[in-house]
Amino acid sequence: MSEINIVDAPPGIEGSGFFATSLDKVIGLARSNSLWPLPFATSCCGIEFMATMGSHYDLGRFGAERLSFSPRQADVLMVMGTIAKKMAPVLKQVYIQMAEPRWVMAVGACASSGGIFDTYSVLQGIDEVIPVDVYVPGCPPRPEAILDGFQRIQDLVKNESGRRRNSDYYKELLGQYGIK
Amino acid sequence: MEETTLNNGIQAKLSDKFGEKISAVSEPYGLLTFVTTKDVIINVLSFLKNDLNFNFLTDITAVHYPEKEHGIAVVYHLHNMAERLRVRIKVFISEQNPTIPTATVVWKGANWMERETYDFFGIKFEGHPDLRRILNMDDLGVYPMLKQYPLEDPNRVDKKDEFFGR
Repeated sequence: MSEINIVDAPPGIEGSGFFATSLDKVIGLARSNSLWPLPFATSCCGIEFMATMGSHYDLGRFGAERLSFSPRQADVLMVMGTIAKKMAPVLKQVYIQMAEPRWVMAVGACASSGGIFDTYSVLQGIDEVIPVDVYVPGCPPRPEAILDGFQRIQDLVKNESGRRRNSDYYKELLGQYGIK
Repeated sequence: MEETTLNNGIQAKLSDKFGEKISAVSEPYGLLTFVTTKDVIINVLSFLKNDLNFNFLTDITAVHYPEKEHGIAVVYHLHNMAERLRVRIKVFISEQNPTIPTATVVWKGANWMERETYDFFGIKFEGHPDLRRILNMDDLGVYPMLKQYPLEDPNRVDKKDEFFGR
């Protein structure tokens, strides 16, 4: 039998028969270890993602075993590949269809900045149409880099305040992208 | 050179029928190439298809020559499959009023080729049943293959010239 790892409990007050901590930390712990990614793969970064999901690198180790191919149930939108300007409204629609809380990871140079496709038909980074939480550099990034990016998402999820999604700052951020 | 004599035969038949309207005939790499005008282009295409058996329209595209007076060349590639012959036809039209009759009356397959040429060069194919953009997004606003546009996206702010030595 292999050794089974269990995440550490968040800091709190412990005593006989009780354990007290803040709700944010408990929810963050639960969410960050069962994120459902929605892979939005349009090109070669998507191939690296397939390797990341495979048994060798195994994204399932981080609680992301279950991919969601419906945006309705997804927690993390993983955008992997070149997004043409014609594709931009589709990507935005997928993002809008995701329920809060939602996170976005731009994987690779193209999703992050347009990459080598500095041209009239390619979106110069998906952050022109949707807010991005984590950027993963590389052309394409190695699976290790994608895993690292995913762990950075987990850090954000773990430490996010329960009220962030209702804050004025967050509404203003979405407002910049024309999302209500 | 069997092919050359065959090409010469085609050239003679075209010149007999259209006279002065067929000009600048050349044969680079064995591909018969000539220039015609937009008032007879459909007649030339029909003649090549029906009388000279050029049954297949390989491609329609365009070239922008900003330095020329009639700066847009519409280019047609035709293929005679039975005799393994190809021709290339160019029509020069003005940049200010880039219109030309549609070839969809001769080949249905010209539909998407003309939409693509419209999409990238802004050439209006008169009589085309559905002249919309086909590849680029609808609100692009420019015809990107015209040479007055820069190669790189000018909206991009993170690529500063100084970082790229230019």
